[in-house]
Amino acid sequence: MAERVLMKGNEAIAEAAIRAGCRHYFGYPITPQTEIAAYMAKKMPKIGGVFLQAESEIASINMVYGAAATGTRVMTSSSSPGISLKSEGLSYIAGSDVPALVVNVQRGGPGLGGIQPSQSDYFQATKGGGHGDYRMIVLAPASVQEMASLTMKGFDLADKYLMTSMILADGTIGQMMEPISFEDAEVNTYEKPWALTGTEGKRKHNIVNSLYLKPDELEKKNFERYERYKIVEENEPMWEEYMMEDAEICVVAFGIASRVAKNAIVAARAEGIKVGLIRPITLWPFPVKPLAAAADKVKSFISVELNMGQMIEDVRLATQCKRPVTLCNRAGGMIPSPEQVLSSIRQAQKGV
Amino acid sequence: MKTTQILIAGFGGQGVLFAGKFLAYKGLVQNKQVSWLPSYGPEMRGGTANCSVVLSDMPVGSPIIDNPDVLVAMNLPSLQKFVDSVVPGGKILIDSTLIDAKVQRTDVEVFYIPATQMARDAGFASLANMILAGKLLKEVDAVDYAGNKETLEAFIPAKKANLIDVNCQALQLGYNY
Repeated sequence: MAERVLMKGNEAIAEAAIRAGCRHYFGYPITPQTEIAAYMAKKMPKIGGVFLQAESEIASINMVYGAAATGTRVMTSSSSPGISLKSEGLSYIAGSDVPALVVNVQRGGPGLGGIQPSQSDYFQATKGGGHGDYRMIVLAPASVQEMASLTMKGFDLADKYLMTSMILADGTIGQMMEPISFEDAEVNTYEKPWALTGTEGKRKHNIVNSLYLKPDELEKKNFERYERYKIVEENEPMWEEYMMEDAEICVVAFGIASRVAKNAIVAARAEGIKVGLIRPITLWPFPVKPLAAAADKVKSFISVELNMGQMIEDVRLATQCKRPVTLCNRAGGMIPSPEQVLSSIRQAQKGV
Repeated sequence: MKTTQILIAGFGGQGVLFAGKFLAYKGLVQNKQVSWLPSYGPEMRGGTANCSVVLSDMPVGSPIIDNPDVLVAMNLPSLQKFVDSVVPGGKILIDSTLIDAKVQRTDVEVFYIPATQMARDAGFASLANMILAGKLLKEVDAVDYAGNKETLEAFIPAKKANLIDVNCQALQLGYNY
C-alpha cells in the first residue's frame, strides 16, 4: 500500500487533479476552498502547467471552457456564490459537449450567505443551475480519501461522456485533514477527434459551439445528449450501503452528513434499533436502484441534509413514495449532531 | 478498540491548530485512524480558534466533536464555552497562567498547568501549546509518547527544522510536570 500522509480535503483535490493529468487551473479565491488554488499556484509552474487567478469567476469558467475545447484536462474550483456566477459558463460547456471538472466546496446560502459548511447547492448541482436542458455528473465525497479518488474519477467520466463532472463537497471536508494514500492510479486517456488543436492544414477544422439557431438541429443535439445521459444513468451510479442487511429504517445522507449519520446509526444499533445507511456517492446519476430495493424492505426513510430538504425529493422519487420519508436537517452552516439524527431514528422507530 | 476525541481551544496565534496537527500526526505515525478539523473563518483572525482531533483504532465517523473526551483550554472564553460539553469522566487541561478560574464540575479530571509561564521561563514563550500537548500525552492514553522527533520531522518543513528540538523540549517539560 502507498504511504499514508495527512492532507486537507482541498489539498487532496488539487494533488489528485495533477495526478489525473490536469495541467490547467483557472480560479478566483473564495472561502472555504482557497487551499485548492493555493496548492495549484505552488505546483503548476513546477510541472509545466498553468495556474491563473482570473479577474472574476465568470472569466475563470470561460477560460475553462476555452481550454476544455482543446481537449486538455482542465478545472476550476469555487464555493457556492462563486458557482452561481460560473453557472452561465457551465451551461455553455454542456451545450458544447466538452469535458471539464468543477469543484464546489459548499458554504451556507442563499445570497452571500456565510462561510460555514453546507449542502444547500444540491438542487443547483443536480437539477441545473445554468439554463437549458443539461446534466452534470455530481460526485459527493465523504472523506479526504474520496476527495482525491472522486476527483480522479471525475476527470475520467468527464472525458468519457463529454460532460462536466462536479465535485460537490462542503467546508468541513475541504478543511479537515485525514490520512490519505495515493495509489498508483491508472489514468485513462481518450481520443479527442473533436478537439481544437490546430489543423496544420491537414484536416477540416473542428467547431466547438453551443449556438444552433435552427430549432430542429438544436432539438437533435438535445436528443443526442440525452441518449448519452441515459448511458451515464445506467452505468455510473455509485453508492455505499452501511448496515443495510437487516435494516428496518434507512437513513439517506451524503458527504459530511453521512459521517454524522454513521455515528448515530452505531448508537441506535446499540439501542437495538435496526437502522442502516444508503450513501449516494453520485448525486447525479442518483442511485435509484438501491433506494427502490430498500423501499420494498424498510419501514421508512430519513434524509439527513445540511439544507432545508433538497435530496429528500430525489429519495421520494426513487422510492416512488412507497414509504414515508422524513427530514433531519440543519441549515445556514450548521451541522446536525449525531444526537439529533439519533432522535430522528428513534422517532422513525416509533412510527411517528 | 478505542476512540479519543480531543478539542483544543484558545486564541488565534497560540498554536492551537499546530498542537492539534502534532497529535494528528502522532496518530498517523502510530497507524491510528485520525481526523483533524479546524475552526475556520473570521474567528481565526485575532479571535478564538479551536481544532478537533479524533484518534481511533476504527475508521473515524464524524470528525465534528460535540462532546470531547479531552479539552485543552488555552484561554478563559474557550474554557467557559466548552467546559460543560466534556463527557463525564473526561479530562480538562488548563493553561493556569492565562486562566484564573477553577472548574466547578466534579465528574471530570482537571489538570492545571502554568504552561505559558513555563514556556517563558524556558526561553520559548510561544510553545505553551506544546507543553500542554506533552502533558496530554502523559495523562491521556491515546498515542504513545515516544517518537516525538520523528513525528515533528514528518510535517515541519525542512527550512524550519531548527524548531524541532525546542518543540521536543517543550513536550518533555509538559510530560514531566
